[in-house]
Amino acid sequence: MNNINNKQQILEGSRAIALTIKNIRPAVISAYPITPQTHIVEDLAKFKADGQADYEYVRAESEFAAASIVLGASATGVRAYSATSSQGLLLMAEVIYNIAGMRLPIVMTCANRAVSAPINIWNDQQDVMAVRDTGWILLFAENHQEAVNQHVMAFKIAEQLKLPIMINVDGFIMTHTYEPVTIPSAEQIKKYLPDYKPTSGQFLDPANPVTLGALATPAHYMEIRQELHEDLLNSLKVIDSEYKKYNSSVILERSASGAIGSRIDNGFFEYIGPKKPDTILIAMGSVIGTIKNTVGKSNKIGLLKIKCFRPFPADEILKIIKPAKNIAVIDKSISLGAIGTLASEIKTIAQGKTNANISSFIVGLGGRDITKEIIKKIIKQAGKKSDRAIFVGKA
Amino acid sequence: MQIVVKPSTTTINKTGSWRTNRPKFLHDKCTACSICPRVCPEGIIYQTKKTNTTGKKYFECDLTYCKGCGLCAIECPFKAVEMGLDEK
Repeated sequence: MNNINNKQQILEGSRAIALTIKNIRPAVISAYPITPQTHIVEDLAKFKADGQADYEYVRAESEFAAASIVLGASATGVRAYSATSSQGLLLMAEVIYNIAGMRLPIVMTCANRAVSAPINIWNDQQDVMAVRDTGWILLFAENHQEAVNQHVMAFKIAEQLKLPIMINVDGFIMTHTYEPVTIPSAEQIKKYLPDYKPTSGQFLDPANPVTLGALATPAHYMEIRQELHEDLLNSLKVIDSEYKKYNSSVILERSASGAIGSRIDNGFFEYIGPKKPDTILIAMGSVIGTIKNTVGKSNKIGLLKIKCFRPFPADEILKIIKPAKNIAVIDKSISLGAIGTLASEIKTIAQGKTNANISSFIVGLGGRDITKEIIKKIIKQAGKKSDRAIFVGKA
Repeated sequence: MQIVVKPSTTTINKTGSWRTNRPKFLHDKCTACSICPRVCPEGIIYQTKKTNTTGKKYFECDLTYCKGCGLCAIECPFKAVEMGLDEK
């Protein structure tokens, strides 16, 4: 458990992220305000207006423009940041693909929110799943401290690998709540994350003209996409090693674990529970806190928190889930007409490797509260075979 | 694979393979009026140094890049360009 120490502050999640970004010192920030991301970019705009930050804060007329502005900034070889949510992310979609395809190391926060219609501003994770296949590294944070840590690591990973990274934080549940959190200072961050130096000849420079994002005919396109796919898979090693480096070099509080039995913690996931559990619950984001509280001390139930959704750490996850009899995947998103998004990933990697009964539970869409009773109901149902997504809206 | 490239390197893309129709330049009908290179969207029609039966330095095109749009054939006032199926 975290003990409050004098380095910790009680901060709103959005403010914690904004303070971290200020200390990371990007050169350009551009964003368009959208609930529930608003507080992050309001804070960043205010730091600039108050003379506390030296980045360019470029106001945009839409999320499409904001994403394009950070794309352009990053293409000139500087560190760039943005944040969005829901409909804003969807409006950015075309540029999201371009950022990954042009291998620009942009870091963006997505305050996860439901998508229209019907219009709904509350939390679930359907928005990010719409850009699941774009070539971005997708990280999910459980609490404020984890979000802060992931933002610092993200710039290091992105700039090494020329891959963009999206940090997903549950809208309202994280962006608008207060928790004790330690913000690494600019000096601490600088030791871990050196200034960004783009590869020579790989960025827009009037003295050395180059073309980024040029036409690729059928003769080359496929190899370029394959390379992006392989680089994304290979980034797993870096994601894990940076997690270890960060936790050993930047002096920070680890997120509260409430660990019972064995605990495995790496850059990809955190597993808490017995080595041979009857049932494993798998989820992403802030709902993990509720599940930890529900499961408590159990020698039958394990909990797997996925932090890294793209690339998907298939081999590592398989090792954890293999001994389980039942696997209950808890999604705040669904591929309509199929099953939960995370559930289909788990089914894919389990194919032929485990006989476990894997079921897909859909919870919390559009901000529906996820209670301990709902989690208990899922644990009860986990043993029943079902190939269909099971909506658990009420206990 | 290199995805950041120098300007003018797109000539690596031999767009002639996109073609279904190809122009045939009828050299003896050519009056060297220079309309065809002006309408060619690819900029690949050029004047040769060779003379035809009427003493004009006739025009030709680079089939490596010609996409077969047929604008040269439509615009030629002397019907000196004929389009035909490009059978490979």
